[in-house]
Order: sequence, then C-alpha cells, then structure tokens
Amino acid sequence: MKQTKNTWLFEISPKKNLFAFDFREIWRYRDLLLLFVKRDVITLYKQTILGPLWYLIQPLLTSVIFTLIFNSVAGIKTGEIPPFLFNLTGVTAWNYFKDCLTNTADTFKKNEHIFSKVYFPRVVMPMSVVISNMLKFGIQLLILTFFYLYFVFYQGYDIQPNIMLLFFPVLIIIMALLGLGFGMIISSMTTKYRDLSFLVTFGVQLLMYISAVVYPLEVIKEKAAQYAWIVEYNPMTTIIETFRFMMLDQGVFTLNWILYAILISGLVFLTGLLVFNRTEKNFIDTV
Amino acid sequence: MDDIILKVENISKQYRLGVIGTGTISHDLNRWWSKIRGKEDPYLKIGDTNDRSVKGKNNYVWALEDISFEIKKGEILGVIGKNGAGKSTLLKILSKVTSPSTGIIKSRGRIASLLEVGTGFHPELTGRENIFLNGAILGMTKPEIKSKLDEIIDFSGCMRYIDTPVKRYSSGMKVRLAFAVAAHLEPEILVVDEVLAVGDAEFQKKAIGKMQDISKGEGRTVIFVSHDMDAMLKLTKRCILLENGRVKENGATGKVVSKYLSDQSVEKSTLQWEKEDAPGNQFAKLLKVSVLSDDNSVKFNFDLTEKVFIEFEYLDLNEENKNTAILHIINEFGTTLFASNEFDNPEWESYHDQKTSKIITKCAIPGNFLSEGMYSVLVAVGSYNPSMVHVKIEGALNFRIINNPDILKTQKNVGGKWPGLIRPMLKWTIEKEGI
Repeated sequence: MKQTKNTWLFEISPKKNLFAFDFREIWRYRDLLLLFVKRDVITLYKQTILGPLWYLIQPLLTSVIFTLIFNSVAGIKTGEIPPFLFNLTGVTAWNYFKDCLTNTADTFKKNEHIFSKVYFPRVVMPMSVVISNMLKFGIQLLILTFFYLYFVFYQGYDIQPNIMLLFFPVLIIIMALLGLGFGMIISSMTTKYRDLSFLVTFGVQLLMYISAVVYPLEVIKEKAAQYAWIVEYNPMTTIIETFRFMMLDQGVFTLNWILYAILISGLVFLTGLLVFNRTEKNFIDTV
Repeated sequence: MDDIILKVENISKQYRLGVIGTGTISHDLNRWWSKIRGKEDPYLKIGDTNDRSVKGKNNYVWALEDISFEIKKGEILGVIGKNGAGKSTLLKILSKVTSPSTGIIKSRGRIASLLEVGTGFHPELTGRENIFLNGAILGMTKPEIKSKLDEIIDFSGCMRYIDTPVKRYSSGMKVRLAFAVAAHLEPEILVVDEVLAVGDAEFQKKAIGKMQDISKGEGRTVIFVSHDMDAMLKLTKRCILLENGRVKENGATGKVVSKYLSDQSVEKSTLQWEKEDAPGNQFAKLLKVSVLSDDNSVKFNFDLTEKVFIEFEYLDLNEENKNTAILHIINEFGTTLFASNEFDNPEWESYHDQKTSKIITKCAIPGNFLSEGMYSVLVAVGSYNPSMVHVKIEGALNFRIINNPDILKTQKNVGGKWPGLIRPMLKWTIEKEGI
C-alpha cells in the first residue's frame, strides 16, 4: 500500500527513449482524432462556391489532360483499356497517396499555434489527415466507378474487375502508411531546415512520373529498359499497378511484389514514427 | 509526502539565441560528433544567465536554471516574475509542450494547460463544435464533454450564440467559452496563464471563483501565472518569484508579491528639476519633491512610529486661480490609501494671491498610521473650480515603512505583519470594575 502511494503517474525528463511509443496514450486521444477529422471535413470547403465539387473536378481534368498529352500526343498505349479510364484509375490512387504526403508534410509548421500551447500526442494530427483524406478518396472512387460503368455499358468495353479487388482495403492501408510515413519524416525535418518544404511539391510531382501513373509498367520496360528498375522498385508503382490490376484486370501483379511494397511502406512508416516522435518533444524551440 | 502531487527537480532549459538556421547544421554535427565519442554536449556547458536587458556573451542562454519546487494536492500555486523571467518556459515544460534540457518533473496527476485560451478554436466551427474540439485537445473524451456540455455552455454565458461560428464571436466571448471548457476539465493539475487579463469584470470574478472552487471543492491543483497581483493575492496562498530563470522567492503570496513589487522600484526619495525643464504648464511648474524625515533630511526607510514628510517646491504662475499641491499615497498592491491637498491648510488662500511666486509646502503623515511596506507617492499640482491638473507625476517618490523592533516603544505587538491597509494607533479607553 505504501509503495503504490509513492509511485508517480508520469515523469517529464529530457531524455527520451527512441522507441518509447505510448500507444495507450494515442488510444486515449481517439476522440480527438475523430474530432480533427470532423473539423477537416466540415471546414475544408466552407465559403467556396463549388464546395465538394472540387473533389471531382480535379481528378477529371487531370485525367483529361493526361489523356491528351500522354496518349494522344505521346502515343502511349494502354492496351484494352480506354486511356481516359486508365489515367483516371491511376490519378485517383495517386491522389490519395499525394494528399496523405503533402498534407502531413507540414504538420509541425501548420499546427505550431496549437502545438506550442497544449500537449497531446502529436501523431494524432497527421493520422487525422490521413483519415479525412479517405473521405475525399471515397468520393473520387465513386467518380471512377461512374466512368467505369459508363465505359462498360455505353462504350461496350469488356473490362472486369479482378477477384483481388477484395484486398482493396489492404492497398489503401499501404498507401496511407507510405504517405503518412514520408509526410512525418518530411514534417520533422522541415521544423529545422525549412528548405525541404520547397522540395516537397516539386519532389512529389517528379515521383508521380516514376510511379507508373501515366503509363503501364510494361511500356517503360519496353522503351527505356535501363531505367525501368527505378520505376519497378518504387513501391508506389506496385500500388498503382496493383490497383489497376484489381480494377481493370490489367497490369503486373505478383505476390512478392506486393509483399515488397508492404515491407517498404511498413519501414517508411516506422521510420517516420521514430523521427516524428523524436521531433515532437523539442520542435517548438526550433520551428 | 503523500500529498505532494507534483515535484519539480532541478529543471533547466537552454535556448539558442539569434537567427535559427545559421550554423545549426554545423552545431548539430558538432553535437553528434561529441555524442558518438561519448562526450558531453559541448553547447550545454556554455550559457549565460537569462537577463533580458544585458547583452550576453554567447548565443546560448538558460531560460530556466535549477528550478525545484513541490506542490501539494489541492493547492493553488502562483508564479510571478518580470517578462522573460522564465514563467512561460516553465509552464511549457510542465504542460509537455517542450522538454527540459536537464532535470526531472514527477507528477501524480494528469496536467492540462491553459496557456492561452481558445487553443485550437476553429473560426468556422460553431461554439458547440468548438467545445468538443477544444475539450478533446485539452484531453477530455467525448462522453466526458457531453456530460458537461450544459454546464460549460451555462458557465460561458454564450447560450445564444452556441450554434454560431466562432469567427462571429467577440474576443471576450471567445475567452469565456474557452475558459468555460478549461474550467470543466478533469485533470488533477491545471496550468493557467494570464486568462484573467481578458473578459469583463463580471467574468473575471466568475473565473476567480471557479478557480477557487476547483482547488477547494474539487481538490484539484492549480498553477497560476499572472501579472495581476490582485488576482494573485486573491487566489493563491503560496507563490514563486522567478528572476532571470531562477527561483528567487518561494513562500506566502503576500510576502513574495511585496518582495517582487519592491524589487522593481528603486529608491526615489527626491526629485529635482531646473527651471528651464521643470514639468508643468503656464500655471504651475514643479521644481522639487522629496520625502523627508522630521529633521528635514531626505530619507527612504521610516520606522512605524516616525512621521513622514512630503515636501513640494513649485512655481505658482497661476494668475486666475489658486493652486494647490496634491499627493496620493499608494501601497505596494496598487491601492490608493488616501489623497491629500495643500488647501487643507487654513491659511492656504492667503499664500495664493494670484501673483507669481515660489511655493514650498510640506505635508506631514503622522507616525503610527501607515502599516509596514512600500509606498509610492503620486505628486501633482492643480487648481479647482474649474478642476485643472497642471502637473502630475505617478510614482514620483517612494518610501518604506519598516517595523524596527529595537526602537519599538509605542506599539507593543511585534510579530509578523499586521492585517489591514493601515496601522493607526487609536485611543482606547479602559475601565475596570471590581467584581
């Protein structure tokens, strides 16, 4: 009895174990996570005219332009699949990853005013971003489905989803982890070295071109064989190709390859968590 | 031992001054290099005391140095100090916003902070939505907030606007709402910084009352930081005075507050001006004011029993009206004890005959009247009908009344400070009847 009285609930000290994650604490703040999601959803399109329509316009226009440039002008072949649908599929998946990454990459900077006042597990913030982006992703998936059905029933294309579509949620999680992981790493680094934030938009754009969004993997293997490995070892290529394989039954898919993607995104996520965890304690002094 | 809820041991915090971003990589590399060789951090050793006004020798300062204290359960602890003394840094460390450079804090309860109210308020969300968001940020769960929602809304007094976006609120309403949320928090330790600075008088009273309830009724502990000495005295019994990152005083609030206030003032026993730059207008110019003892010498420390004289020397240039010297005696807590006028002298009128002259006038404050402590004097020269102030200087002079037990002859009681703003010697009659 005496002993229990003398134990402290917690201690605040300068040293922090690199691997000290308090997952119970994050769980305790789950309501906050959901409230942040709710806040993001409610406030994102307040006082805009088109509101959530922006969710639709952006991928559609991007796909139209990609189709014009890469398929009509550059002549990239997309096999049986209509180029527009091919691009829309790639863009939809890519957008989710991109949003996860870019919206979490400025976590510390954007929330400085909150972080400098109150403590809560900082990781709740990027996590909420990843979840609220899912809503946007969901809406964009509906659009994709709409065009999918349009091409099947009105244009008479013979496209069928693959049975692997059942594993679609796994794919989303991989994407979320990868985007979140990179986002957390970048956000931690930008607290000290601001230059990185300039790199993000630019870098993400470049990354898209080596992620097989606008071309099938086979095409690059054919046409630029010596660089194909860059695309091939990029876990986002795996995700995009797998997504197209699930939706359109076209593309490269092997179990090893998807396991590789899972492994990489797991590693990136853990690294992100570590770096983030290290940064959150003192970032307010350096930001 | 068991009722100590928070223990702060040797907390220090170092900051790097100047432009962040120049040379940090080299410093980081240097740190890393000494770390892998198993040496101490080279930048933790050099460090100046944190004195804002003095130019430091190097780029690293200790914002906090070796802070140690304990708080008992249910206690309200005040923290005072000048700007830059380290108050906010201490609170930031306590609320885990940033971590200390050295030292350890042990706690038996959850700490929630209210460093600045309304943290995380989103202008687009309604008051109700913000209550939930803010509550969750401060560490409440949704059911907890839900169960207290009515109470919070009621306390804030914003019932009518609760479904209006917060961006339409006045700043006072935002504070009310935010304080209402924070005041209904469940943590064992609540950290409060400067909330009372905003909000109207009615709400300030409510807030102070709520804080007292929190510590007394609900047994929760509050750490309260403010520049408002009045609120500090009302709310806290014990207080810590920080100076340049160190604990200078730790004790009863009254004592610490008066120490803090008297530290801030230097001895100002006399003030004198040349005719050319004397303060005033075309009706009166102040030449000299001083605090004198009964032998006409300038003095700062007075005994309880001694008379204190305030002397004015001014040029009376008023050809339309009669001038009068005015003084206010203000105690260390900022309360004006009384004001006095030269025209209390029965022959005052005859000296002010609308001719240019130099007036020397002296006010005697009786001994055995003021209680111990620091006093500041506001001096002014004005005229009445119509009321005009020709010159006014706040805090022009100051003096201290001390209770010197050695020469204490008239007042019998010695121990401790007497209650009350003044300590007059009054006439008591005594009768004795044999039974």
